[in-house]
Amino acid sequence: MGVMPPTDERSNRSEPSSASLSTVASIRRLHPYVRTALPRLAGGLLASLGAGLMALAIPRVLQWVTDGPLTAGAREHDWSGLAWSVVLVAVLGVGEAGLILLRRTLVMFPGTRVEAAMRMALFRHLQDLPVAFHDRWPGGQLLSRIMGDLGLLRRWLVFGILQLVVSLVTIVVGVGLLVATGGWLGIIFLCGAIPVTVLAFRFSRKYRTISRLSQDQSGDLATTVEESVHGIRVLKAFGRGPDALDQFTEQAAELRETEIRKATTDAGLTTALRVIPEVTQAVALVVGAVLVARGEMTLGALVAFFATTAVINGPVVDLGMTLSMTLNARTAVDRFFEVMETVNPLTDPDRPADLAPVTPGRVSDTAGHVAFRDVTFRYDDADRPVLDHVDLELPPGTTTALVGLTGSGKSTLAMLPPRLFDVTAGRVEVDGVDVRAMTRAQVRERVAVAFEDPTLFSASVRDNVLLGVSDELPDAEREALLAESLDVAQAHFVADLPDGADTRIGEEGMSLSGGQRQRLALARAIAARPRVLVLDDPLSALDVATEEAVTARLRDVLSSTTTLVIAHRPSTVALADRVAVLQDGRVTAVGTHQELLASDPHYRYIISSLEEDYAAHADPGPSTDTATDPATDTAPEDRATQEALS
Amino acid sequence: MTQPTATPEARRRPTDAAADDVTSLGRADSRAVRRRSLRLLGDLLRHHKPALAWAALLVVASTLGQVAGPWLVAVAIDRAVPAFADGSVTPLVLTGAGYLVAAVLGGVAAGAYVRAAARIAQAVLLDLRRRVFRQTQRLSLEFHESYTSGRIISRQTSDLEALRELLDGGLTGVVSSLLLMVFTFVSLALLDWRSGVVLAVAFVPAWLLTRWFQRMSQRYYREQRTASARLIVKFVETMTGMRAVQAFRREPTTEAEYRALGEDYRDANLQIFGVNGRFQPGLILIGNLTVVAALGVGGWRVLEGTLAVGVLAAVLLYCKRFFQPVQQLGMFYNAFQSATAALEKVSGLLAEEPTVVEPTNPVPLPQGSARGELRLEHVVFRYGDGPVVLPGLDLTIPAGQTVAVVGTTGAGKSTVAKLVTRFYDATEGAVRLDGIDVRDLASADLRRAVVMVTQEAYLFSGSVRENIALGRPGATQDEIEAAARAVGAHEFVLDMPDGYDTDVNKRGGRVSAGQRQLLSFARAFLADPAVLVLDEATSSLDMPGERLVQRGLQTLLADRTAIIIAHRLSTVAIADRVLVMEHGRVVEDGAPADLIAGDGRYAQLHAAWQDSLV
Repeated sequence: MGVMPPTDERSNRSEPSSASLSTVASIRRLHPYVRTALPRLAGGLLASLGAGLMALAIPRVLQWVTDGPLTAGAREHDWSGLAWSVVLVAVLGVGEAGLILLRRTLVMFPGTRVEAAMRMALFRHLQDLPVAFHDRWPGGQLLSRIMGDLGLLRRWLVFGILQLVVSLVTIVVGVGLLVATGGWLGIIFLCGAIPVTVLAFRFSRKYRTISRLSQDQSGDLATTVEESVHGIRVLKAFGRGPDALDQFTEQAAELRETEIRKATTDAGLTTALRVIPEVTQAVALVVGAVLVARGEMTLGALVAFFATTAVINGPVVDLGMTLSMTLNARTAVDRFFEVMETVNPLTDPDRPADLAPVTPGRVSDTAGHVAFRDVTFRYDDADRPVLDHVDLELPPGTTTALVGLTGSGKSTLAMLPPRLFDVTAGRVEVDGVDVRAMTRAQVRERVAVAFEDPTLFSASVRDNVLLGVSDELPDAEREALLAESLDVAQAHFVADLPDGADTRIGEEGMSLSGGQRQRLALARAIAARPRVLVLDDPLSALDVATEEAVTARLRDVLSSTTTLVIAHRPSTVALADRVAVLQDGRVTAVGTHQELLASDPHYRYIISSLEEDYAAHADPGPSTDTATDPATDTAPEDRATQEALS
Repeated sequence: MTQPTATPEARRRPTDAAADDVTSLGRADSRAVRRRSLRLLGDLLRHHKPALAWAALLVVASTLGQVAGPWLVAVAIDRAVPAFADGSVTPLVLTGAGYLVAAVLGGVAAGAYVRAAARIAQAVLLDLRRRVFRQTQRLSLEFHESYTSGRIISRQTSDLEALRELLDGGLTGVVSSLLLMVFTFVSLALLDWRSGVVLAVAFVPAWLLTRWFQRMSQRYYREQRTASARLIVKFVETMTGMRAVQAFRREPTTEAEYRALGEDYRDANLQIFGVNGRFQPGLILIGNLTVVAALGVGGWRVLEGTLAVGVLAAVLLYCKRFFQPVQQLGMFYNAFQSATAALEKVSGLLAEEPTVVEPTNPVPLPQGSARGELRLEHVVFRYGDGPVVLPGLDLTIPAGQTVAVVGTTGAGKSTVAKLVTRFYDATEGAVRLDGIDVRDLASADLRRAVVMVTQEAYLFSGSVRENIALGRPGATQDEIEAAARAVGAHEFVLDMPDGYDTDVNKRGGRVSAGQRQLLSFARAFLADPAVLVLDEATSSLDMPGERLVQRGLQTLLADRTAIIIAHRLSTVAIADRVLVMEHGRVVEDGAPADLIAGDGRYAQLHAAWQDSLV
């Protein structure tokens, strides 16, 4: 176990384009999501600047009243001056609070709504992306994007961006004022600003790399957590909890190191942002004092200079924080768009085939006709095709068993009619139409699948079984479908569950036994009432008696459905009218069970349980080396020799 | 064939997961939960007292550096400039140097604090991550069957993130803010006690506002944590089951469900922002009005002639300054509320007690390793308070015997397997390995002696090699290959792009179910236990694969105890003894040949199975 090293991960994942974008360009990609929120954000910014002005105005009024009416004080008894200033301060004070309230109210909606909209967009895109994508991307990486990264972005939109703009405006205006009015002192201060700017840029480059690493590492950590929970039975059965903990600790410690490196970088900037301006101010203080003493500068100007630097110092120090927040947000944006910009290779055609609509949930009047024509399929990252020029017809209403050795490509073949994967070459037709000419919804309305690995959802048994049944169907019909499909699948245990068909079954159906889950998955495929049904070893976890009962009922139900059933044993083959043998990625024989038994040695080898066949087929010697050979896809020459022998 | 009266696996105990989702708790509950989470926080920080003190010191130093600047400017203007004009350079040099020292010290302290805080935060997080992970591994299967994996993932990710924010940023503010406030208040009170009273009065509304904020935000943060956990659970489930979602065109439905949860989460965040958005301006308003009050009262006194103007100027400055750090305190409080809401959830998970407990005084196995004799003595079992699954089972399996258990789904076969491997503990009676109650064995000893292979052959991301080596970490490449050969997995592994180094990808994506079972078999071979339990471990194998595994099994099981649960009687053929179970009882028990010769259940099953074969 373990996660893939992050470097490998990223190399096949990240869009090289995001890394090369400038932070502004990267964040500008948010435009479609924030467009509607921009007026509010702008309003928030104005309110924020207004509040800042009012905050600055209050000390001026206080200064005026203490210097003016109050200093005149006891002599003049200027009650009205005092009263006016009290009223003015009150108005400004209430105004400041009001504007801050306004700012926060304006900003909170865009922040949360943009986050929610982006989350939905990502979720929709993930659901649209094909199975191949999900096989490649670990769940934790996706989770850390949709929760962690988008949460970061929300906080940046609500706090970070306004803070950044306000800080920058304050600094620019402040420095401008200093240079314009401060003479020599202003120039000294400006000299200090140069290293600060250079450092800030260098910091952003370095910080961005670390921030990216840290966000990727937390995604990997989430993946490990996810696997340790999903694989808890294995870890417990082998007592490997402590090893898993060690591995997790190692990964978590790596993340800690990255985070500390990130903090160290941040600390460097914080130090620089504090020390450099303050040191220039120390120099300015001495120079200023000399200038004042020489009479080249007034005392008032010196005081004004320091009053202004005091206003700038706060935002400069804050700048470190808001800058790192912005860079983190930028990384989050990059990670978001990496997934969003993944092109879906398996899309709906621009002009889908014009097909008669399928009546939802009813027994289809016509069974589908499926044809594999010269189908080749290769996984993106594999060098050899799994399916190599496969030709196979499934006439309407027939049930065909697909038989082949483990790893011969049976399950891959089964994924092609419902377009869970698309062929590399050749085509798959349903009722004479290339499945790629249909939308995925159209195909999947016609083709239902029961997987070897039954996935149940955290929902009631009813919802799980009726997953492929239209919600528009009247309740009575839905109930009838439910009852029938549970009956066919021999899932009578449902009646004994605490709430019958309303019982919620847990995540991945974990609280049910393997056989129970498999029967529900089978019932689900039956309830969908498709024209074409693909069953991937649907009875493997059933006991002999139940299997027999299911088989008997299933044969009736399947009479009006074209069925492809992946079979590992004779009892499953018994469901079928005919058998297709898949060997080394090709269909090598098609016929009835009896015909093939008589004519096809490979079929006999696969399906027969008799030791004599086995012995006839392979060297029966106890040496595991030779004994294991025929069970797997060995080189074709080997196979040929074996078959020649038999 | 009758179905069992109830399906044990589907029964659940009243779960804590439900309590996990409650947001508005009763007063007492709320307090207890909060206390539990604060205790956890205290416990986590306990080891870092020196580091915390150091960080606090750095904050004080950096704050002093900040305060020193303006003070030195004042000194320079009041003293150094006139002195310089009089020809004395020393005061100017001293203040300049002082400023320089304060600037460097303060800046360095500020930077050092950022690093120190991160060190503490990361150490605490690592500690907590490990605790949660260990706890997850420690908890019994019973717990995992009700607490969804998505919830655990959300505890480990978004909940810990909330704590991180508190530790990272929160502390900076609170120390310096409190320091400044106390300093300001004392100075003001010393300067003019009447104005001190004005400020003290302002405390009342500020305190009331804070109480309101505390109450609301506590509730909303709880809601936010729950909403976020639900969102994560739904997401994990959808992504894990993506094949089924797409195959059955459930995208619109899952999207609608996810959207609804996303909206709950958004609303929870909105409510938090709303509360914050009123709290912060509220405090500013109180601060500003205090200044107004101080100005009114003070100004009146000045005009009456009872207060000097200079004093009033200072009073006003102090009042204004007093409320400035309040905002930072508010931010800290915010992070604190969010973190405690998250810690409530995390501490809840950590407080769960496993139903299968590690013995306090484990009994060692005689001779250090197990022989493999199993005894079930009057074992009664029920899942939680569900119906009785095993009404009283007595069974002895001598060391080295291979026992096949057959029967209908739900007859209690898997339950026997789970009891022998101690995934569950017997409700009554005892399960003994070599005469020792399994409840008295150290988990490491038990797991070394007893290994189970289940139908669900989970592969972890990583290489094939790593996945097999899970059976025995530290195994050599030769040992791993030998195990793979023994179960007939070697060839297909070699056929993979990088052989044993091939990455099996997410959830064994590219490996077929049969191949997955072979790999998990190889794991068990490598583990080399005294007792091997196979629960439907060959269900997805094809016939040649099964034959091979059986061949391997015959060698493997020669000198060890085995319990084989299988629907396929082919697997049963190698057994020394067959048990037929029905409704939790053994109804037939004997050598396979003897049972086939009779006319009992097994004879019927065997005949049916023979018919199904070619």
